[in-house]
Amino acid sequence: MDSERSDAPAPFLALKILVAGGFGVGKTTFVGTVSEIRPLNTEELLTEAGRMDDSLDEVADKRTTTVALDFGRITFGDDLALYLFGTPGQDRFWFLWDELATGALGAVVLADTRRLRDSFPAVDYFERHRLPFVVAVNCFNGLREYSACEVATALDLDEETPVVLCDARDRESGKEVLITLVELAGEAAATSATTEPM
Amino acid sequence: MTDSDQRWYDEEAGPLVRLYAVTTGRARVGSAQRLDLMTVIHALPPDAGHDLVLSPEQAAILRLCGTRPHPVADIASDSELPLTVVRVLLSDLLAAGLIRATPPVPPARLPDARILRRVIDGLRAL
Repeated sequence: MDSERSDAPAPFLALKILVAGGFGVGKTTFVGTVSEIRPLNTEELLTEAGRMDDSLDEVADKRTTTVALDFGRITFGDDLALYLFGTPGQDRFWFLWDELATGALGAVVLADTRRLRDSFPAVDYFERHRLPFVVAVNCFNGLREYSACEVATALDLDEETPVVLCDARDRESGKEVLITLVELAGEAAATSATTEPM
Repeated sequence: MTDSDQRWYDEEAGPLVRLYAVTTGRARVGSAQRLDLMTVIHALPPDAGHDLVLSPEQAAILRLCGTRPHPVADIASDSELPLTVVRVLLSDLLAAGLIRATPPVPPARLPDARILRRVIDGLRAL
């Protein structure tokens, strides 16, 4: 980015956290509960976005499609803000994840114990990209059928990956998830400060 | 395979002002200029040497960033334009010297640990 200056100190610092998980697990609810949620769209080429499973036969001339992202902001004073990005739920938008994950502080993987399998792609992605993440089990209707330890085993998580039980509709609960993640990211940043980030 | 009689109506037909009109036909900017979602945009005082005719969308971006610096994702959300379109408009403003872009700081290169401490304290206080 030769047109961007990296020498000037940023008077405004924007940090990014991803919120991932399977379809209908509560990503939009989570982002809306803890932050000021707003619409964010991007136009992507269908040939790129949907090359795996889109039949172009019926939309022969429509080349782009709109992808809506959950986008939330939490500001801390005039010079610091945390931005939350919900990852697109459909598999055909995987290519957007790379952009969302680049430079992110970390990620929250929302999981539903009735459909743990849906969390595998996100867990796998963040493990591969060495991005600090927290698994937040969204306990629908307060049902806590499984312990954090059981979920960690079922997802075959690394020892250092925290699992927290949460309620995506509850602000205090969402805050705890984010705090756990920022603490984890702080530790990760401290240990990897000498190595090149992703 | 193509039905030439097919027509689109309402939302299917897309916005009244086509997005390619807003960006004067450009779908995306060169990869070297690609602005990250978290790149912070600062409005600069207008340079008398430049006579770029601003589109209403570009003028709105300059007004927004004139109040305080905004990240690219914020600008796209506030302007209700797709990210891809906003990137094209920003690259014009950058070339015209009307904005400055500060790339995001990777987490491992944050100036000090107190920033994350502030985030944690700020979250607790929400």
